[in-house]
Amino acid sequence: MKKEVHDPQGSAVENSLQALGYNNVQQVRVGKYLELILQASGHDDAAVQVEDMARRLLSNPVIEDFSYTLEEAEV
Amino acid sequence: MKFGVIVFPGSNCDLDAYHLVRDVLKKPVEYIRHEARTVGDCDLIILPGGFTYGDYLRSGAIAARSPVMGAVADFAGRGGLVLGICNGFQVLTEAGLLPGALYRNNHLQFRCEQVYVRVENPDLPITLQASRGDRLKMPVAHGDGNFYAPPELLSELEENGQIVFRYTDRDGSITKEANPNGSVDNICGVCNRSGNVAGMMPHPERAGEQILGSEDGLVIFNSLLEHFERREVRGGA
Repeated sequence: MKKEVHDPQGSAVENSLQALGYNNVQQVRVGKYLELILQASGHDDAAVQVEDMARRLLSNPVIEDFSYTLEEAEV
Repeated sequence: MKFGVIVFPGSNCDLDAYHLVRDVLKKPVEYIRHEARTVGDCDLIILPGGFTYGDYLRSGAIAARSPVMGAVADFAGRGGLVLGICNGFQVLTEAGLLPGALYRNNHLQFRCEQVYVRVENPDLPITLQASRGDRLKMPVAHGDGNFYAPPELLSELEENGQIVFRYTDRDGSITKEANPNGSVDNICGVCNRSGNVAGMMPHPERAGEQILGSEDGLVIFNSLLEHFERREVRGGA
């Protein structure tokens, strides 16, 4: 979720952590984690593919940001 | 005038919409499946409520990329009338046919209750039989109805008259208490720039008969019918 968008799930988790005594918790944001295995000719190609998918389907640019890391998978 | 009701996997208000058109409005109606590549000879497309694809990823996200949505986008591009209700509204925002986004209710509860909505712009195909400030009673039933648009988009929507409905109390005041989900500025219905595509979280199709507690939803469908008939007359002249 973008910083300026209120995250109701994050607030609920934050309250629950505080109820358990974790009083140092200042804020919780809940996001989504997706794992993709894809074919690519290299790092740059994989990045282009992932960014395209993230913009077109995996994230909603009105309310969400996205970031990603790439790793070579075992073949 | 013929209605088309899109059926996605997980749509569950398709029957409600079909019933309203066939049995209350007494107009021709057909279902259009999500794999269809055309909307056929339909003059008005309804995207019904439900939980398409189990709301996986985000509500409406996967349905928005199904084959029929290409046909709906073409139809809308030609000025065709499109109404998205509840999940159908979410699908239209996800498809980029309507502005903003809908996400988790601010209190995380699923809300199923009667609400009042206030008509903010009576000059649209969907509202032309209403007056500004009219209050309509109809139900909401959703968990992801929290409408969001960033401030610059909000001013743009306001300026262009794209805010169609707001949650209101019985007296027409826009209050925090009347807002069932945290939607920004109590917004519960918007349209595209040209006004032919509209979406709303409340269910007008479930407010078309006294036995259901309200007939206020009919003003929306009758507005669309009148708009279509006027356009036909103009087109034929």
